[in-house]
Amino acid sequence: MSDDLDTVRRDPVSDPGQQTAARSGWARAIPAIVVVAVLAALPFMSVRIPVVFSGELSSPGVLNLLALCLVFGALALTYDLLFGFTGLLSFGHALYFALGVYVTAIAVTEFGWSLLAAVGLTMVVGLIVPIVLGAISLRVGDIAFAMVTLAFAQAGHIFVMRDPLRLTGGEEGLALAYQRLPGIFVGVFNTKYVYWLALGFAVLVYVVSRWAVDSRPGRIWQAIRENEQRVEVIGLEPYGFKLASFVVSSFLAALGGVVYVLLVGGAHPGITAATFTLTLLVMVVLGGTGTLWGAVLGGVLYTYLNNRLVSLSNSATVQDLPDVLSRPLSEPLFILGALFVVLVMFFPGGIAGLRDTAVGDRLRRLLGRLVPAREGADDG
Amino acid sequence: MTTFVLLTITGLGLAGLYFLVASGLSMIFGLMDVLNFAHGVFLTVGAYMSWWIAERLTFIGSGTLRFVVAVAFGTLVGAAVAALVELVFIRRLYGNHVGQILVTVGLALAGTALIRAIWTPDARTFPSPTWMGETTSVLGAAIPNSRFVAIGTAVALYVGLRLFLRHTRYGLVVRAGVENRPMVTALGINVTQAFTLVFAIGGIAAALGGALTGAYFGVIDPEMGGRLLIFAFIVVIIGGLGSLRGAAIAAVLVGLLQQYANFYALDFGLSGLGDLIVVLLLAVVLLVRPQGLAGKAAV
Repeated sequence: MSDDLDTVRRDPVSDPGQQTAARSGWARAIPAIVVVAVLAALPFMSVRIPVVFSGELSSPGVLNLLALCLVFGALALTYDLLFGFTGLLSFGHALYFALGVYVTAIAVTEFGWSLLAAVGLTMVVGLIVPIVLGAISLRVGDIAFAMVTLAFAQAGHIFVMRDPLRLTGGEEGLALAYQRLPGIFVGVFNTKYVYWLALGFAVLVYVVSRWAVDSRPGRIWQAIRENEQRVEVIGLEPYGFKLASFVVSSFLAALGGVVYVLLVGGAHPGITAATFTLTLLVMVVLGGTGTLWGAVLGGVLYTYLNNRLVSLSNSATVQDLPDVLSRPLSEPLFILGALFVVLVMFFPGGIAGLRDTAVGDRLRRLLGRLVPAREGADDG
Repeated sequence: MTTFVLLTITGLGLAGLYFLVASGLSMIFGLMDVLNFAHGVFLTVGAYMSWWIAERLTFIGSGTLRFVVAVAFGTLVGAAVAALVELVFIRRLYGNHVGQILVTVGLALAGTALIRAIWTPDARTFPSPTWMGETTSVLGAAIPNSRFVAIGTAVALYVGLRLFLRHTRYGLVVRAGVENRPMVTALGINVTQAFTLVFAIGGIAAALGGALTGAYFGVIDPEMGGRLLIFAFIVVIIGGLGSLRGAAIAAVLVGLLQQYANFYALDFGLSGLGDLIVVLLLAVVLLVRPQGLAGKAAV
């Protein structure tokens, strides 16, 4: 199956060779640093962007949405490490995110622990569970792997929904006991702190991922994605590398769960459902499988659309349309699902892949005048 | 004893529903290596179209005739949708398995959302004839008749599919394709027709499963397909991808185990244990025998 993955992805990173990467390493980071700096300054900007956002950039509502976008952008990146870079199609990534969300919420609300202790517990659980489940699931490959991961995630979903131990709150979910949280994470006026936390998390995941995929094991992940048998022939054991990829991405996802639970103020069973992993898959493919910034962009864009389309569809223009149009348009998942199908069929490289089309060429030439070109980057 | 009989027959009824969904999934995967996430949508479409036409067929009463006509209509629409999905989406992505899986994922999300948009997320009462809601006494246990209908339909489908696969030319092509697709193509046989056919058959079975799920539980909702699909996947994997017999055995195994465990674990205050045990069974089967109970060599 790994051969079929070729058509889905392009990899601009691995090709230029070590030398070029080293030479322009810092120069390449400049756009990213600028983006992060601008994002970090947003809570101080009382600018209003009509249509795009409902209020001023510094208003809690907008910051909350942006923080959500960042968390899911980072989460999509963790999934991309697994699917896009190692070629492991998991249908259970939601489980590890949900693990972070629920362990934190249970430790704080049910056990009455401090946030710090809860995060500590989450990190331990978020490391042990992926090691155990990853070790089991990776004994089988391809479709069987997809199914085992789906099954484990489904077990988690059932556990949360049925709630046999009276911990998870079942369908109702579990609100975070805000009394036990540090003051800066409580209340609408402190949204900016959670936002910065989300931004910090996104940066952390990006830096770790960048480092991981450029590291020696990271290169082997990509080799496994391209052709696992060849890796074995060289004399390497793919199992350990795949497990490492699984554990790293799952652990980061669990950390994302901590940020999410602080942002949303509680745990709800929606994030444990298989559909949630499918939406992660949609995010990654939307942005561009096997690219770091593409996955983040896909996650951000998906989350943004999923939230904003609801309010847009309630607007007068859409409501005035005949029922045949207005009803489907009021379901964000319909639009996103349809968009996803179109992308897979006609633009398998996602947004990141658009660079290799005619439009991308023109854009790059435009940008080329501003930023010195990276040689050899488009050979992939 | 009464409880045991009730659990057994209810479990078999559930197994019938699982088999209806799993049979199509298994054949599609066996022949085309496509893991069809859109299969749940075929099921939901079947259920909703049966319900929709039944609401408009009140002039022929509310008895068996209306039920049969409604289910037949729902099944036809389900088959048409399935064939269309193959022709429009899957066909264009031959040779790209991940792409095919991704397309079915997108269709599953969009299809469910579309049904939700048209008929709201609320559950609807599924119209079935009164005799189906009544019970029949078996060894002292009162069993709702809809269970027997589910079991009977699944058995009929199993027999029908076996006959189709064994004794028709198309069946032969499908079996040969599961065994060795490149060879069949090399012999100059048009396998793509078989692809559409298998999708249509899968659509029939799933849509039938949807209508019967409606009769079984009394209500239908847009998420029903996705819920049942997970267990159908588990059944397909345990049975062995591509094997009809394996799917049938696994469906019975999963249905019974789920019912027994769900009921008897309640004594210990554990709810939902049956669902968890089924997942555990899947993990064990995959690790001990990755190709499934009756599957061809490891996939």
